[in-house]
This record gives sequence, C-alpha cells and structure tokens, in this order.
Amino acid sequence: MEAFAYVAPSSIDEAVAELAKHAKKGHRAQVLAGGTDLLVQLRGADIEPRILVDIKKVAETNRLHLGKNEIFIGAAIPSAVLNENTELVELLPGLLEAADLIGSTQIQGRATLGGNLCNASPAGDTIPAMIAVGVSCVIIGGKGQREMPVEKFVLGVGRNALKAGEFLVGLKIPRPKSRSADAYMRFIPRTEMDIAVAGCGVSVTLDAKGLCKEARVAIGAVAPTAILVPAAARALIGTTLDDAALAAAAAACSDAASPITDKRGTIDFRRKVVGVLCRRATAIARDRALARKALGV
Amino acid sequence: MNKIQVITSINHEEVEFLCEPQETLLDVLRETLGRTGTKEGCATGDCGACSVLVDDRLVCSCLVLAAETGGREITTIEGIATEEGLHPIQQKFLDHAALQCGICTPGLIIATKSLLDRHPDPDETTIRYWLAGNLCRCTGYDKIVRAVQDVARDLAGPA
Amino acid sequence: MSESIDYKLVGTSPVRPDGVDKVTGRAQYGADLNLPNQIHGKVLRSPYAHARIKRIDTSRAMAMPGVYAVITGEDFPPPPEHGDVGGEAGGSIGDLARVIMARDKALYHGHAVAAVAARSLRIADEALAAIEVEYEVLEPVLDLDAAMAPGAPLLDENCFTKNLPEKTDKPSNIAEVMVLSRGDVDQGFEQADVIVEGEYRIPMAHQGYIEPHACIANTNEAGQSTVWCCTQAHFDFRAITAKVLNMNVADLKFIASEIGGGFGGKTVVYLEPLAVLLSLKARRPVKMKMTREEVFRATGPTSGTHCKIKVGAKKDGTLTAATAWMAYEAGAYAGSPMGAGAMTVFVPYDLENFKVEGYEVLLNKPKVGAYRAPGAPQSMHAMESAMDDLARELNMDPLDLRLKNAAEEGTRAPYGPKFPVIGLKECLRAAKAHPNYTRALPEGAGRGVAVGFWFNFGLQSSAEVHINENGTVTVVEGNPDIGGSRASMCIMAAETLGVPYESVRTLIGDTESTGFSNSTGGSRTTFATGMAVVRACEDIIAQCRARAAVTWGIDEDQVLWVDGQAIPASGVNDELKPLSLADIAENAAKTGGPLLSRASLTAKGAGPSFSVNIADLQVDRETGKIDVLAFTAIQDAGRAIHKAYVEGQLQGGAAQGLGWALNEEYIYNADGIMENAGFLDYRMPVASDLPMIDTHIVEVPNPRHPYGVRGVGETPIVAPLAATANAVRDAIGIRIHDLPLSPPRVLAALDAAGD
Repeated sequence: MEAFAYVAPSSIDEAVAELAKHAKKGHRAQVLAGGTDLLVQLRGADIEPRILVDIKKVAETNRLHLGKNEIFIGAAIPSAVLNENTELVELLPGLLEAADLIGSTQIQGRATLGGNLCNASPAGDTIPAMIAVGVSCVIIGGKGQREMPVEKFVLGVGRNALKAGEFLVGLKIPRPKSRSADAYMRFIPRTEMDIAVAGCGVSVTLDAKGLCKEARVAIGAVAPTAILVPAAARALIGTTLDDAALAAAAAACSDAASPITDKRGTIDFRRKVVGVLCRRATAIARDRALARKALGV
Repeated sequence: MNKIQVITSINHEEVEFLCEPQETLLDVLRETLGRTGTKEGCATGDCGACSVLVDDRLVCSCLVLAAETGGREITTIEGIATEEGLHPIQQKFLDHAALQCGICTPGLIIATKSLLDRHPDPDETTIRYWLAGNLCRCTGYDKIVRAVQDVARDLAGPA
Repeated sequence: MSESIDYKLVGTSPVRPDGVDKVTGRAQYGADLNLPNQIHGKVLRSPYAHARIKRIDTSRAMAMPGVYAVITGEDFPPPPEHGDVGGEAGGSIGDLARVIMARDKALYHGHAVAAVAARSLRIADEALAAIEVEYEVLEPVLDLDAAMAPGAPLLDENCFTKNLPEKTDKPSNIAEVMVLSRGDVDQGFEQADVIVEGEYRIPMAHQGYIEPHACIANTNEAGQSTVWCCTQAHFDFRAITAKVLNMNVADLKFIASEIGGGFGGKTVVYLEPLAVLLSLKARRPVKMKMTREEVFRATGPTSGTHCKIKVGAKKDGTLTAATAWMAYEAGAYAGSPMGAGAMTVFVPYDLENFKVEGYEVLLNKPKVGAYRAPGAPQSMHAMESAMDDLARELNMDPLDLRLKNAAEEGTRAPYGPKFPVIGLKECLRAAKAHPNYTRALPEGAGRGVAVGFWFNFGLQSSAEVHINENGTVTVVEGNPDIGGSRASMCIMAAETLGVPYESVRTLIGDTESTGFSNSTGGSRTTFATGMAVVRACEDIIAQCRARAAVTWGIDEDQVLWVDGQAIPASGVNDELKPLSLADIAENAAKTGGPLLSRASLTAKGAGPSFSVNIADLQVDRETGKIDVLAFTAIQDAGRAIHKAYVEGQLQGGAAQGLGWALNEEYIYNADGIMENAGFLDYRMPVASDLPMIDTHIVEVPNPRHPYGVRGVGETPIVAPLAATANAVRDAIGIRIHDLPLSPPRVLAALDAAGD
C-alpha cells in the first residue's frame, strides 16, 4: 500500500472542512466507511489517495431512524448491525437480504450500505435492492446538502455522482406502504463469498384486491451499473403477479440486460439467469406482500 | 512518514503502539506487537484466517486499519483461553480432530466464539453460513462443524 | 488379511501432541518468525507471459535508502545441467533454478525476474518499481492443442520431444511422450459388444493451501545460512537450495516451521534460495513471504489436461479393450504428472488390451507442481466417466461393472508389476453395501460413483527414539507434520513399546538435528517414517531386554517384552518383578547409559490404496447451479493409525475434489494473465457449500508395514471428479465431459439439450 494520511473527523462540519481542504489543493481524498472494498483497492494500488477521511466517528453516519414516513440509514452503519434490527428487517426484507449477502460474517461486521453504493460496482448487491425500494442518497459538501435517487447516483463502473469535497451521509427510504414488500436475489456459483453474477431487486405494492398497483424492478451485474427496468414493472402492474406476469417481467429483465462475458459468467448465462432471478424474487416479494395484506399491514 | 499513536485494548490489556496510516490491524498485531496467532492467508478479506473481534464484532483484521482501533476492545486467539485452561471451543476442536494443518484454526475459533455468543444453539446451516468466511482447505469442514455442534450442545447443558 | 488384531492404540483418535499450540495461536508457521535486524525481501515478477529479457537495470533500486540488496539471474551460478528434482515434484534442477529466478526468458506471467531486500516492505515495493527491465514481448502459448500444433511459438528452442521412437532434431513444445500398452486393442474392440468414447478437458487447478509460502534466511559472512520456512520437505529444500546456489549442503541448515497446508505445493522451492542470496549480500536476516496473488500466479498448480478415452466391453460387462490419449500441461518447464496420469488411467481394471499415449506439453503458464495424487484425478476422471457411460449402455449397476473388471492381488497393473494384496474389491463391495448407495434420492437429484487410486510412496526416512529418565519417550523424525502425523508417530511408538500414548512426544528435527527424510508427500509419512519409528522402537525393546538381563543377571534371551514391561521368560525366575520402561530408564546409568535408538531406511512395499466415492447432488435446471446433497468416501487405508485423521484425509480430499469438479479453475486472458488470482474468484468450497462427508475406512492391511499402513493422503482427491460428473449425468441426463461443472457450463449444456 502507498502511504497516505488518515483523519477521523467527529462531526459533519469537520468532515466537510477536511474534504474541502483537500479538494481545494486538488488532492485526492478518499472517504472511508467500512473499508471492505477500499482497503483491498488500496492494497492493490488501484487507488492512491493522499488522505483517508474516516467518517465512522460522525454521529449522523451512524444514525438509524425508522420514521413514520421515512427511514434513514446512516452511511457508515455495518450491515451486521442493520440486520440485527428486527423492525428494519421486517420493513425492508429485500434490502436487508441484499446487505446480508455482501461477503462473509466478517465482512458483514464492517461493510456498509453507503460503501457498497459509493463503490459503484456493477455487481454491488445492495444497489438494485436500493433502487427497487426507491432509496435517495443524502449528500453533504461545502455547498450544503443535496439528495438524489440511487439510480442517478451511480454513473458507471466505480463512478458515482459525488463531487470533490462531498460525501454520502446516509440513505433515505420511503417507509413501505401497506401491502408492500421487497425482495432481492442474486446468483453466485458458490453459496457464499462470491460477487454477484446477476442480481435482481423487486418491490411490489398490492391493492386491497391483491392486484399489483405499484412495482419497481432493478437488475445488477448485467450492465455497467445497476438499472431500473420499467418494462418489468409494467409487466407486473395490474396483475395478480401470476406466473404469466412473472414470466413477462423476467423476459423484460433479460431484454434490458447488456451483460459481458468475464471470469464470473457469460453473456448468455447472465441474460438468462437475471430473468430467473426476477421471477423468483418477484414471487417472494408477492408472497411477503400477501402475508402483510393478510395481517392488514 | 508521521506515525499515529493508538491506545487500544487487546485481550483486556491496554496496548499502545505507533502505526503508519496504511498499516492494517493485522500488520500491527503480527509485526509490531508480535501477536502472530492471528494468521494472514490472503490480506483481502476472503479467507478469514485473520479473524478477530473488535468490540465483540467479528471482522477480518486485514480489512481494518490499525489507526481506526483506538479505544476499542480487540480479542485475538491469544485471548480465548480462560483462567481455567482452554476455552471449550479450543478443546472441542482438539477432541474432534477439527484441524489438520491448523493455519485456519485461530480464525475459525474466533468466528465460532462470535457465532455462539450470538446464537448459542445454531443448526448446521447456521453454523456453515456463519463460518463461510473462514476457508479451510484440509478438513472439508465436517469435523469443524461437528466440533461447533458439540460445543453448542455442552453450552445448552444436559437435556 | 482380515484377521483382527487387538491393538491398544492403533485405530484410536487421541488428541494430537501439538494441538494446544495450534488452537491457542502459539504454533509458529512460516511467516510467524521474526529475527532481530531482519529486513524484507520481495520479488519482481514478469508482467508478460512470454518475453525475452533484454536488459535489467537495478542501479536506481540499489541506490535507494533502505535497500540492502538487489539480485537478478546474473547473481546466480549457471543452472545445474544435470539432476532431477526428487519426490513428487518433477522436472530438472536446472529448470527449477530458472523458475526460482528467470535468466534470459520470462515464461509466464509472474515469473521471478529480480528480487530486493529492504528495510520495510514498502521500501521493497518502491525498489521493485525502480528496477528497469527491458522485455522483448513474445507471443504466449496458452492452449494445449495450440501448443502441440506444428508451427506453434516455442517456449524453448532446445526442447526436443523425449521418448519418440526416432530421435528428432525439430524443437517442439511437446517435452515428452509416453506409451503404455498391452495386448491388441484392435482385436479387443472387435470383441466388444459396446464401445463408448469421450473427450474430456480440465483446466489447471491450485492446491489452495491457506498459508502463503514464507521463509526467513540468516546468512553469515562465511556463507553459512540458517533458513526457517514452511515446507513439506526441508531436507529436499536444503539440497535444491545448495544446488541452485552452488553451495555446500553442510553450510545450510533448514528448519521446518509448522506448515499451513501444502498438498504437494510445498514440496517445491521458490523463495528460499532468493532469501539466502539476499541475506548473504545484505548481511542481515531476510524475511520473504508471498502474497496470495503471488501464490496463484507464481507457484505450481497442477496440470490442465485433455484426455480422450475409448472403452469396449462385452454384454456381460467384461472389458475387452481401452485406449487413452492424454495431454498434460507442464507449464513453462518439463516435469508434469503426465506419467502418473498414464499409469493410473486404467489402473482399477484387469485389462487384456489397452494402449495409453501421453503427452507432456510446455506452455506459458507456471510450471506445474505436485498436487495430491499428481496426475491421477485428471486421467481417472476421464476413464471413470467413460465407465459410467458404459454401465448405462450395458444397463448395469456401475459398481457391478467395476466389480466385474476390478483388479485384485496378482492382476498385472497397467504400469507393469503385479498388484500385491489390494482392497479395490473390498471398497466396491463396501460401497454397494453402504446405506448411502441405496438411500432414496430426492426428486430430480442424481447419484454418481467413481473409483480412485494412488500408488503411495516409500522413499527415505529416518527416526530416532530417546527414552527419557522417567521412561517417557521422545521420537525425533524429519517429516513436517501437515495433518496430524506427530500423533500417528506417537501412536505407533506407544503401541510398539507398550506405553501410554501420553508418554510419547514426537518432534520434527531440523536438517542438523536428525537424519535425512524425503518429503511429507506421496502418502509416505505414516508408512515410511512410521516404519522407521517402529524399527527404532523395536531396537529400544531389544536394548531394554538387555538392560533387564543385566539387572537380573540372566541371559538376554530369557527376557521377554510384554505390555511395556520386561519380564522373565516363564520358568526362569518367578520371583523377579517386571521392569517397566520407566524402571529401566531410571536405572540406565547403571546398566549402560541412556537408552536411544535410531532407524533409517528406504521403505519398500508401499501399498496401493483404492477408493470408491458416492456423490449425491441436485442441479438447478434454471441456473445450472449444483448443490451437493451427500458425499461418501470409502477408502482402503491398509490400517488407520489415527482414525480421525484418516477420516479427515478422506473428507479433505473429497472437498478438494469437489471444488475442482464444481468451480475451481485457472482462468486466463488472451495475454496469459490469470484473471482470478485470489480466493474471491478462485472458488474453493466454503463451509456452506458442502454437506457432512461420510467416510468408511476399509482395512486391507499392507503386509509390508508393521501395522499394515498403506498411506491415505493422496487417493481421496481422485474419485470426486468423476463421481460428481457422473452424478450430474444422472441428475440431468446429459454427459458434460469438461470440468469444472460451473453453472454457466451446466446451463449451456441444458440449453443445448433443449431443456
């Protein structure tokens, strides 16, 4: 690893000031949250920052709030901590499944949703799951705070919308409506410890009769960024989420995919499997939503 | 290079060290502090040989910067045995021949401790997924899983 | 050979003597030793798979503060022209010298071209970056078939195929051919009612030990060096290091650290000569350790292969003829396990007519090294897959087909000699009788079986036995304990002497402290070193009888050794109280001094070990993903000394074989750069990938070992490859010939079949 400096500001203002200082000098400052991707990249000399700004001591990045209308997840909360919050897991099972799939138990102890998002890997598990439930990124910099949806935040492989001097503080998620549920599935060759070869996040909302009235479907690892697939959502809306609707959504996902062949999978394989995942994840989301409907939540 | 002073606690003993910003907890444990019980298998978080607990949370010490560990409580394999002797996990690993070469063993014992602290009565699937981040190339995991099951049985006490 | 012998300790599973240190973090592995004043060595590796090294300028690196030494190929004596690497790691010492440090050509991505020693790893990295190397980049040869084709770019212009019927003057990438044959295959196929054929490809796979190679060398001004390293063979490492550096063996002391896995991969020297030379130049201890990436790119995986099989049989299942064509990747230098592949392909069967043609091929990948039963998994995967197809064609139970043709004592092995007593039929019958073979499968699941084999090796071993003053026993031997062998030695010594297991401790001596032993490999340690330990213990017993005779004033031949005690022969003098080992040891000063013995031998009579595996698995037809439901490993151990560690060998070998069958492979890009040089994408099985692995130890004792040991470590990896492929065939009705059975391959096969 190349040498760099390390600072751990204890407030948003300090963090913003630290980042601004380096932005002004044109130095590359790298924000550190869980570090599970970053430390590997540093070791491989894939990135060579001048300074690491550890945001884990900033209170806001550790804040978890389950509000009446909105959920806030601080950018530096490890996935394991999120998954120990049973209320959060009940509210957003799909997103939390995705968070739970990132790496081993050890990785879970460090890896964060914010880091997974900022790392902007095409295969990042939580990104399609976030897009499916309509997550907004809360960004802070010298010019104040701004928000943008996840699907706009990720610009390309390893590229995000943060400008020099900005960092991701946390994620805002609309609290799921009644008769709503999400699900995430990914494909890996082993049962654990792999990077997604394809992934699919789905959220559905049923009406009182059990028809799908809203849906969002996002796919990962089959394009340079995770993408929202409106055609898949259209195939689901207005249906009972029966087999035919699921098959149509699956086909839409396969169509929307523009995968590559690499060490993890082939174009054909990814295209086919992302459809399978869409079908299976949608069925899980549907069953969850029906269960909630039955409970009247 | 400016060194960073860190005061932390390792196995309930206060430890003070100087580190460079890029040094990992694993580097410092092994090279600076001579705690070589924590092993390096990959340095990329993929094998679990360097598993330690930081504030009772299971992590790969190769993916933690030493500079981040100020004020934390770190548990390594050297701190697992009790005053009475070996920790039950250590004893069961021996009894079940759950190690062959032994290089993954410290990490697996730490991971098992973390598992049983949270799930005292895990089923086989829970054990296997919890330990999925700890590669073992010698045993095929069978005897490791059985050792963990046996510790859990003992913890549960007589049925 | 099934007489039951009433052993007290053989076949039990006591806690290993080195166990506590290994569960508490005290045990010191390769990278765990630090010496005062030590500096750090790092290797500069070729960024090209095939390039001529035109010029290396180390002056900038050498001038950097904190850099103590820089070496390149020019700092080494010329590679030795004669001599082969012994043991399981094939090839010439000259070629190994070129692996250790490239001379005029870099032959694979990751090939060592220079090394530095510096105050810190960071400075060492900076120094590596400051070394200027001018390369003439050459076209890499990456594919077996392409490498064998006429006109392929040559790795070595002086490589002339060995063993051709007529000597050639045309250089080739084919380093060696080998032909084994018997009978008349044409006639044999004419007699066949059914003939099956198949063509199988398997990519390179790595041993995947969790501990990267590491060493520390401390060389003094006189050129004497002490080297601490993780190795399966510290004596062999000493010999190779001496030859590569043209040093006197007596000036080198090698200490084997605890070893974090090897599976053959740590029988090969990579770092140690570099560390010795850097240390000589730097006048400081030099520590070197590979990164995981270096382990993948620059150590020796096992061969990728291409095999073609044709087998014919009569309607009743009798095999009439078989042919095999096989090409093995050697990597950058000759020395592949092709020979063993050729010798094992038909080994389970009594075949009148067969022909095996083997080719060993150079290409721009790391020189292959030994990996558990080197060569056998690949060739036997091909034959055992073909046998499965044959059983289907004949509508026969696959175990019955194998039983019908199974080799037994007196059958002439394909590689020449007649088999001594072997346990193949016993394993096949045990498999047929095993409840796991007849248990109902879940809907859609498949079951496959296959046979595995390894010769097992003898080679040289030494052992000493010291009786301490209180009658406890210290065994000293020279084989690094890679999986519990200290415990096995303690069991054999205690059983022989008739003392409790806890009275015996075994330690692994360094090269100055104990006699020569070959590697811990080839499943030879419990067999050969165990034999030396038993002999040394028998010598102790003889000495004890003599001491008792002196004490009692009777003749030596009137003293018996029973249950760890000297007793007078019946009718000699009933008044004499038996003398235990402790009694004799306490009195040793008066009867002739300390009791010690030693034995050294070249062990003959290694007993071949056969296995049968049963794999149950399920295939997700929409994704091609395989879920292993159950796995049963049945193997003839001869005799299990430490039962749990024998089971552990069967289970560990099964897991490695399953990993190879399912997902493990070296993936290269068009430039010859491995794309998955890490545990993330070199997908070894994790705990959640596997079920419990059931074992059944068959014991057909090896008459040539005092306790009947055959050796168990190699065979377990062989059968899982075909057992898995055959189970997939059973589950989905499609024969997939190539490995790994990764999801994209399985799904493509399902798609092609119109599933």
